[in-house]
Amino acid sequence: MTADELDQIAEQEQAAQGKFVERLNVCVAAGCLSCQSDMVKDAVAKEITRRGLGEHWKVSGVGCMGLCSEGPLVCGGGGRMYKRVSAADAGEVLEDLQGAAAHRLRCPTDVPFFERQKKIVLENSGVIDPERIEEYIAHEGYRALVKVLTEMTSQQVIAEIMTSGLRGRGGAGYPTGLKWSTVAKSVGSPKIAICNADEGDPGAFMDRSVLESDPHRVLEGMLIAAYAVGASEGYIYVRAEYPLAIKRLRTAIRQAERLGLLGSNICGTRFSLRIDLRLGAGAFVCGEETALIASVEGKRGTPRPRPPYPAMHGLLGQPTLINNVETYANVPPIIRNGGEWYASIGTENSKGTKVFALAGRVQNTGLVEVPMGITLRQMVFDIGGGIPEGRKFKAVQTGGPSGGCLPDEDLDMPIEYESLAKAGSIMGSGGMIIMDESSCMVDVARYFMDFCMTESCGKCIPCRVGTYQMHRILSAITHMTATPQDLKRLQELCELLKNTSLCGLGQSAPNPVVSTLKSFAAEYRAHIEEHKCPAGVCVKAMEVSA
Amino acid sequence: MNPVGGVKTLKIDGRDLSARPEDTILDVARENRISIPRMCELEGLSTVGACRMCLVEVKGASRLLAACVTRVEEGMEVTTRSDRLENYRKMIIELLFSERNHICSVCVSNGHCELQTMAQELNITHIQFPYRYPRERIDASHDRFVIDHNRCILCTRCVRVCDEIEGAHTWDVMGRGIESHVVTDLDEAWGTSGTCTSCGKCVHVCPTGALFEKGRSVAEMEKRRNFLPYLAMMRGDHE
Repeated sequence: MTADELDQIAEQEQAAQGKFVERLNVCVAAGCLSCQSDMVKDAVAKEITRRGLGEHWKVSGVGCMGLCSEGPLVCGGGGRMYKRVSAADAGEVLEDLQGAAAHRLRCPTDVPFFERQKKIVLENSGVIDPERIEEYIAHEGYRALVKVLTEMTSQQVIAEIMTSGLRGRGGAGYPTGLKWSTVAKSVGSPKIAICNADEGDPGAFMDRSVLESDPHRVLEGMLIAAYAVGASEGYIYVRAEYPLAIKRLRTAIRQAERLGLLGSNICGTRFSLRIDLRLGAGAFVCGEETALIASVEGKRGTPRPRPPYPAMHGLLGQPTLINNVETYANVPPIIRNGGEWYASIGTENSKGTKVFALAGRVQNTGLVEVPMGITLRQMVFDIGGGIPEGRKFKAVQTGGPSGGCLPDEDLDMPIEYESLAKAGSIMGSGGMIIMDESSCMVDVARYFMDFCMTESCGKCIPCRVGTYQMHRILSAITHMTATPQDLKRLQELCELLKNTSLCGLGQSAPNPVVSTLKSFAAEYRAHIEEHKCPAGVCVKAMEVSA
Repeated sequence: MNPVGGVKTLKIDGRDLSARPEDTILDVARENRISIPRMCELEGLSTVGACRMCLVEVKGASRLLAACVTRVEEGMEVTTRSDRLENYRKMIIELLFSERNHICSVCVSNGHCELQTMAQELNITHIQFPYRYPRERIDASHDRFVIDHNRCILCTRCVRVCDEIEGAHTWDVMGRGIESHVVTDLDEAWGTSGTCTSCGKCVHVCPTGALFEKGRSVAEMEKRRNFLPYLAMMRGDHE
């Protein structure tokens, strides 16, 4: 495969698409599929045939359009979007596109939810059919791969990523270029590139959407990374709870192999990469890189102490690069447009964009991609559309069980790695849960501790027993049976887990407690001293048993 | 400046010491009779860094480091005892006591138990955490040995000795978090195990009374471990 051949495929595809004057895109990612968008798609197709429009009209299944709360979404010519479309509505949608007046199903796209976004990772999501490689190629797909294979040395690729300032999108924000250069310099063969698609934070679905909407982008990112670090084997570790993402990845791998974009001697060069899928068995801790490696090796998924780091001693002892789905998805546009271009977006220390999964008590829930540096207030009130039912905003939770809850006072803080960490939360992988006054922050902390307790692997004592004891205390507080002594013990346990746990899961497990204790101490006190839950969520133990 | 032959020099608790480059902090401490508390580590077995008792302070490091898995570095300054470390170690041992049912007065290992000894060394008189009192199993189906899960602290020494020294891999860990348990084969009765060679190594590396020989009464189960460093050394020579 050469650049010319890619051009040829792209031209053929564009010509084929050009025959149609109208193309209706129906979202067939998991969110909309769960409200039967596949039936909507079939109904639209049938309606097109029934009206004899088949020659010039076409319906395609595409990936996520973002506004998941209003699904199933259908998008027609001129960017006209329709929300909550049912199979019975197919005819009406067609009529509207043929020129009828404003329609009850129309979803305005000139609102902040769409206009405030900047799409890099999601540029093809909701635009192309994720199950056809030709459409990806027609949208500049695999150009970056051909470019690095034919025009760039591996050092130049790494330098470009360094220039871009891209940092790991899995949560910790480790500089991607630095990671790549470490693996590139490590001695050992074969080297291995792994894509971490074991997304597990409650409320987070960024990686799933990317894999379901644009799987080839992730493959291309992995290919470029493998070329840069000298890897010849690749694994995508994806959780088994994502069957659609797995199916589309398998399709994508097969298609790329058929075109010689994956496998041996890619594009006629000496570079080869084989990519296999490994399915996670549903353990949150397997998102931790050493536990992930153990799981891929077929062992029990438990973390091991670092160093040695996977970059030196990873899968089967070989130098191993592990990046998150979103990190890889950022790579092709960086190569195509240059590191400088990417570095011009975002803030001083956090470059580019970040995909967030908006969830909770907010008008618009779904998937959004915003430039780094946007404030939390803009996220919640502009993009999110504010809190429904006239309720009052209370907190925004970022970073899942490893993150924290940020109150009112932090709303004007820019979203970037350092500022979030300073405020007691983390960027995390992109889950963002908005809470209003009807949420009890102690109950929220208890929920996340319950999550950490059940997801602890049990290897180290502080995490195994500490999360249990912390959960017990938090449950006692929500049952109004805790004493001030319990609160002191809770704080001591926070300290212990943070400083002595073996891996990130245990070290960050106290974060939801620490951050709520910091910003919502009064709520804890009300439960303990006055036996009251200000939000009216928690019920006294006596009342529960009665 | 690196001394000749890769030998490293470092400071542990203010003492100047030398070490081989492959040594861990715990190796050097042990060689120099500096005691660092540990529960999961046992000389002769691989290290897992799981109990977190051997965490030490290293000057310049942002985190506490487990002495059993941290390799020495030139010029390292290690502190093995401090109020902060003592406090963490106490809490970890207290958490262990609260996790299962450790009743010394009726235990075969009373007086010979590493958990008990550690608690005494750390001057633990009370457990500040409420006990879980879980209902745990006892498997006495084996001819010669018993496993009492009430006393297991999940150090995984049995798992490692069975895999690494005996080569049988009868033991492993099942379940997650607080529900973790050591199991024989695929969680089958020990007595029916097709892989167990009845060598008894697991029993003798067990730090508590969780694994013991049948016929032992209270305080009668003393563990013999002399075989382990010897076996490990002899095997090392052949590899």
